Amino acid sequence: MTAAIEVRGLTKTFGGGRKALDGVDLVVAPGEMVALIGASGSGKSTLMRHIGGLVAGDRHATASGTITVNGHAVQASGRMARDIRTIRGGIGFVFQQFGLVNRMSVLTNTLVGALGRLPQWRTLLRWFPRHDVDLAFSALARVGVADWAFERAGDLSGGQQQRVAIARALVQKAPVLMADEPIASLDPASSRNVMEILQRINAEDRITVLVTLHQVDYAVKYCPRTVALRKGRVVYDGPSAALTPQLLSELYAGDKEAVAALWGTSLEEDADSLEAKLAAGLS
Amino acid sequence: MSMSTSTHLSPEMAVRAQIESRKRLYAMAGWLALIGLLVLSYGGAGVDFGKLWNNRDNIATLAWDFVPAHFLTFVERAEWSFYIGAMWETVQIAIWGTFLAVVCAVPFGLMCSTNVAPWWIVQPTRRVMDALRAINEIVFALLFVVAVGLGPFAGTLALFLHTTGILAKLFSEAVEAIDHRPVEGIRATGATSLEEIVYGIVPQVMPLWVSYALYRFESNVRSAAVLGIVGAGGIGMVLYEELRSFNYPTASVIMVIIIVAVSLLDMLSARLRKFAS
Repeated sequence: MTAAIEVRGLTKTFGGGRKALDGVDLVVAPGEMVALIGASGSGKSTLMRHIGGLVAGDRHATASGTITVNGHAVQASGRMARDIRTIRGGIGFVFQQFGLVNRMSVLTNTLVGALGRLPQWRTLLRWFPRHDVDLAFSALARVGVADWAFERAGDLSGGQQQRVAIARALVQKAPVLMADEPIASLDPASSRNVMEILQRINAEDRITVLVTLHQVDYAVKYCPRTVALRKGRVVYDGPSAALTPQLLSELYAGDKEAVAALWGTSLEEDADSLEAKLAAGLS
Repeated sequence: MSMSTSTHLSPEMAVRAQIESRKRLYAMAGWLALIGLLVLSYGGAGVDFGKLWNNRDNIATLAWDFVPAHFLTFVERAEWSFYIGAMWETVQIAIWGTFLAVVCAVPFGLMCSTNVAPWWIVQPTRRVMDALRAINEIVFALLFVVAVGLGPFAGTLALFLHTTGILAKLFSEAVEAIDHRPVEGIRATGATSLEEIVYGIVPQVMPLWVSYALYRFESNVRSAAVLGIVGAGGIGMVLYEELRSFNYPTASVIMVIIIVAVSLLDMLSARLRKFAS
């Protein structure tokens, strides 16, 4: 069976020679729900944007990375696929800041998901086929914001906007959903809600979900498998349940702040209990 | 108020106090430069307020000729409707000049935006728009009067070209200030570049674009009233005729019509602009 997402030897160097990604390998099977964790600056967003076909990797012959999604090449050796727009259509993308157009209605924002498969003369006239409108409404109903369909997207709360973004990905009918820090700007209740929706569409629609999180507790709770990045390298790839404070402090040895941030806000607020917890884990 | 760096200031605050006093020095230098510039150009501008005093009798006679009580008796009803018709022609020139300009300024504005077009499209397009802005409507009107003949069409074309240059710049400034995250959201769905513009950029800039277009329409009504002087149609043509034949009562009727029409349109457009945001 072809993998849903396959990344091989991906390297990305930013200006100044800093390596954001350093030989990353990652294979995600169809129907999996995988968490990608790492401290800020570890390269998780960069990796997501490469897989989504929004950024191209390095072109050096020595570091020729390839990315394949749904069996189609997204990029190889730093060159985007020629039909990148078609391929993007098969990859749903949810952003930390929602990526919605505030002044457009929730419904139109959702229908944007259908742009990739509709002829341009229709979309430029904003004349969407009936069944796509129906699909948009049912997607909005699934994520619980159907009552807001005719409001401006910018008038909704952060949690609601993120649910609209997920509805847009559902209208896209993409077999793979990339969620880049989907809950980083949300309060705890909205965060749980969004994670539950992701979990549900993964279970019900068999949509492959790759979600970046900056807190391990959400990964443990919602994703069976976790991949951890540190300085652009994969340092852990295995069951989320195995992620203990002890393991984390090994993975991020010498970076107490990263461990604290990943282990959760409750610890972030209380440094003493972090020390206590780390001590307990190590003893 | 002097800001002494006395004993109680922390080093950081002392630095800020120093910056603060330097700022005041710069401001003072700026004012001095302005005064110098005014003095320098005094002679060149021919400023001589004495002339206003010496010619006071002349001015008083002129003003008396314009007095409303006078012109109401002089001007026939048929003439009123003729002048109002000429004013309407001026407004029509402004409507079409602005409309054509908006239609062209949308693609040109996008082509002038560094976040939409590559530099080799941006730079040449910007230079062309600069040229359109640099040349005044009156100059364009003089050219078009020769090209297409006397009449309102020359005025419409003049406003069209000049306003395209202005609106393309204003439109592209709005486009360059957009939030890029929604555009990336659209791109991630597999949309084409044109769809990215229509769904991601246009909704964001629409309020500003509408507001700029209406504002230019207001200005164009004022400009179109002048264009007639060079033979490009509208009420300006009539006004110039009357002024040249020293027919001040009629001229003042025309000016009153211009003032009323321009004020009404300004008010209307201000209302619409508030509505668009």
